[in-house]
Amino acid sequence: MRSIHRLTLIVGAAAIAVATLAGPVVAQTTLENASAKYRQDLSEGNPADLWVARGQEMWKVPRGPKKVSFESCDLGLGPGVVKGAYAQLPRWFADAGRVMDLETRLVWCMVNQQGYTHAEATKQTFGNGSRHRSDLEALTAYVAKESDGVKMNVSLADPHVREMYDVGKKAFFYHAGTHDFACATCHAEDNVRIRLQYLPNLTKPEGAQKAYTTWPAYRVAQGETRTFQWRLNDCFRQQRFPDLIYGSDLSIALTTYLAASANGAVYVGPGIKL
Amino acid sequence: MTTRFPAVRLLGAAAAVAAAAGILYGCASAPSASEDAALTARTIAIMKASFKPKGQAGLDRLDQDETQRLCSQNAEGKLPDSIVKKIEQENLAAVKYPADGKLVGNWKEGEKVAELGQGMQFSDDPKKPNGANCYACHQLSPKQEAYGTIGPSLYEFAKKRGYTEETRRYAWAKVYDAEAFSACTNMPRFGQHHILTEQQIRDVVALLVDPASPVNQ
Repeated sequence: MRSIHRLTLIVGAAAIAVATLAGPVVAQTTLENASAKYRQDLSEGNPADLWVARGQEMWKVPRGPKKVSFESCDLGLGPGVVKGAYAQLPRWFADAGRVMDLETRLVWCMVNQQGYTHAEATKQTFGNGSRHRSDLEALTAYVAKESDGVKMNVSLADPHVREMYDVGKKAFFYHAGTHDFACATCHAEDNVRIRLQYLPNLTKPEGAQKAYTTWPAYRVAQGETRTFQWRLNDCFRQQRFPDLIYGSDLSIALTTYLAASANGAVYVGPGIKL
Repeated sequence: MTTRFPAVRLLGAAAAVAAAAGILYGCASAPSASEDAALTARTIAIMKASFKPKGQAGLDRLDQDETQRLCSQNAEGKLPDSIVKKIEQENLAAVKYPADGKLVGNWKEGEKVAELGQGMQFSDDPKKPNGANCYACHQLSPKQEAYGTIGPSLYEFAKKRGYTEETRRYAWAKVYDAEAFSACTNMPRFGQHHILTEQQIRDVVALLVDPASPVNQ
């Protein structure tokens, strides 16, 4: 029920989110359809729950050539511990020698514990309809849900994590490409909007908190539950940058910067957005 | 397609600029100029390794020109006046006016360009025309209520400024290369970066300066 309350926040702000990319006529129609679907979804609860349920089922099942379940997967709080795990990620993992966010860690477990190849594990990072569902989106939604109500507490004490935070912050202001865009172009000012969609100022704790604690989120217009890796990838697409590699160091650096900026706020995802 | 700058050159230049910026600011607070230069170099190396080409967006999109490089140092929102002047002068010098001197096209076509959001994304068909998506950030015609507020309202653009040659030339140059007037603006350089064709710029200028355009009603 609490999720319904935070949805109302998004309704006004995101009213014509879809108009951003399309012409006026197309936008109006898409908007009406999306709004109608949004109202329907609201009355039935957050469809992201379906991804959560699928992820929860997958968690305990032996998987891959080695027939190992995710209960051997250490997300930073011990093997198989999911409660509160999302709210303390990204973190340094000595066994992998890398700072990792949840999604990158899940792939690591699939490769190093379950025996998949990296290509197999990342074949469907983002789902595309019922025939091409993404296990990673479902697993991420499930683990994130297990932090619902937990305060964000990403530690920067480890120098590796601190470095990723600093790199992420630097990258946030990196202007390039045909349009000169950086993350900061759209996300470094209060109370501005693109078309009718208000944009969070991610350089301030309040903006970062409100944005980060509601991902992953069910995207009504897409009918999919999207993760933070997806959010970053699609931002860079609109920035006219090339394709952000799933689990790349830049994706982890930006996630570290934003997740740590959200520290102190209560995680309330998975959310729902137009 | 576009020129690919060697990464080495870019890294060296980034380090040099970062160091220079540290000297210019002359501040003693952490991080030091050399630490900041090292972080910039590390960030660029990570960025280079974190993307793959897709559609029309190659890795050359990550290479920065002088303006982009300087504006990326602008995290605190304050560049020294000398740098601001340098960026604006260099961009002003890069503005190309049409050879035939015709600055104003058809505002109805300009309205389409102002509405269209596609263009240059890896998901866009490069054979289709690029839009400018002016409405994403600006109010223009009062009939379009779905406008953004990142940029100023352009309603009554020429009605306020006067229907003069000066207004027309300013509108052309601003659309062509906005950095010429406002260093590190959020507005793309539509002419300089070949986002819009010369005719499309004419049409957008018409949307701004034609007395018959809804912008000036």
